[in-house]
Amino acid sequence: MDAAISARGLTKAFGATRVLTGVDLAVAPGTLLALLGPNGSGKTTTVRILTTLLPADAGAATVAGHDVRREGAAVRRSIGLTAQHATVDELLTGRENLELFAGLHHLSGPEGRRRAAELLERFELADAANRRVGTYSGGMRRRLDLAASMVAAPRVLFLDEPTTGLDPRSRAELWSVIRELLAAGTTILLTTQYLEEADQLADRIAVINNGRIVADDTPDALKRQTGSERLLLRLERPQDLPRAGALLARAEGGPHLDADAGEVTMAIRDPEQLRHALARLHEAGIGVDQVELRTPTLDDVFFELTKAAA
Amino acid sequence: MSTTTATAGNHPARASGVDHGTTGGDLGRLVVRALRRESRRLDALFINLALPVGIMVVFVYVFGGAIATGSSGLSYIDFVVPAVLLLSAGYGAALTAANVAEEMNEGLIDRLRTLPISSWVVPTSHVIASVARNVVTAGLALAAAVALGFRPDATVLDWALVLALVGGYILAVSAMAVVWGLAVKSTQAAEAFSFIVLFLPYLSDGFVPAETMPGVLRGFAEHQPITPLVETARALLLDQPIGNAGWIAAAWLAAAVVISVPTAAVLFRRRTTS
Repeated sequence: MDAAISARGLTKAFGATRVLTGVDLAVAPGTLLALLGPNGSGKTTTVRILTTLLPADAGAATVAGHDVRREGAAVRRSIGLTAQHATVDELLTGRENLELFAGLHHLSGPEGRRRAAELLERFELADAANRRVGTYSGGMRRRLDLAASMVAAPRVLFLDEPTTGLDPRSRAELWSVIRELLAAGTTILLTTQYLEEADQLADRIAVINNGRIVADDTPDALKRQTGSERLLLRLERPQDLPRAGALLARAEGGPHLDADAGEVTMAIRDPEQLRHALARLHEAGIGVDQVELRTPTLDDVFFELTKAAA
Repeated sequence: MSTTTATAGNHPARASGVDHGTTGGDLGRLVVRALRRESRRLDALFINLALPVGIMVVFVYVFGGAIATGSSGLSYIDFVVPAVLLLSAGYGAALTAANVAEEMNEGLIDRLRTLPISSWVVPTSHVIASVARNVVTAGLALAAAVALGFRPDATVLDWALVLALVGGYILAVSAMAVVWGLAVKSTQAAEAFSFIVLFLPYLSDGFVPAETMPGVLRGFAEHQPITPLVETARALLLDQPIGNAGWIAAAWLAAAVVISVPTAAVLFRRRTTS
């Protein structure tokens, strides 16, 4: 089947600043692609190009089978967008917002009212339906935003950092909504700064950095590449660092040495590796002050990806 | 969740087989939305309604005794009411600049632009809502004037022309306000437009006779657009000779609209594609 979203060689510059330097993407119908990257990496620019808000300088993209440049109107009929900042009217009520967008999607009056009521119920906003959006909490606003994107049941949904700034509970709620949309066959492109979010939701993760896709793979494959967890060892004596590095170098995912902090960081895949590492250092008489195990951050992913590319 | 499936068969816009969309319908929905927004900003609504009445009271009671109307031979209330009418209508219309600037700075514009509607209906809806709102405001100001002792002497045709004049002025100011609101970046800068529109009538023949002003100011007052507008309104409401003022006023209004609309379209396109 053809990709629901595809982009080839998208570039975009604002003045002298090159924001995208060649973005290629393909999202299969009914799947979720997470576009993962730090602030300023080009995530939002990519979404704006794919949703017809911004013309690309070069490259081509199709969404739901329509060219974003030449068939903008057809693209707009097939998509929903939840942009990074709230895209609902704060002075209107939740219901008025949804009915307005239903009307602008050209549903008939009764159809629009039915659809709005259904979505308010579905997104647990029925109690707040007749309150102004200005009185909503951040999580409620995000849910309304998502509901507004779903008014015309779009085949392709763009979610630009939908959970940024949400508390953990609201985030979990939004995740479950996204999973249900996915189960119902919607194709979703979601941008995020959080590896965990991409891991939870995505069929594929495309990592973007400095306007370029630096990795595009399944979450499992990416994790194999970066190690599922990071082990941090702070040595009692920083001068032991080179020796510790040499001892652990045989381990997969190679150690990263921080001379200033006297720390060794390495990717580990199973608990056995932790035991081996500690045993090796112990046998060599290298004292360990502190052991820390943490899930990989975006920094780690980038560190690994750029190391792999070098 | 089965209710929001994304398959074509359950697509609500297509299920009925009818696309209920027309550009007029989209415009109507957005005008209703703009008016709803207005009605919910109570502070802005209050100023919009109270200001014209307040200014009317101030001019009639505070300045009325001290200001002589020169060679016109009118009592001050009759002299000043047309100017206050235009002042308040213009002020309300100028607020459109802030509305447009605010809209451009909010995320909502992104959603509106990803909808299957023509994007020009968004700024246009603000202009239409402004005309609807300010014609009502001007009516209230006129009612206040009558309560204070203003006695118009106008035929039905005169009233129709007054409505066209005031409506045309509101339309022209609203269209210029959209240009201003798109040209500036911040809502604060957009609000400066109200000040200009509020100030201009004072440098016209509207509040004091131009013949009492010093040379340069008098030259400005006699040739700026508010003067023929005020003179036309005065002539229509008080059954006085209209002279050339009517045609000059119509030309100014037409020019403002004809220049503003394409400028607004260009600015809107520029603001929304970068």
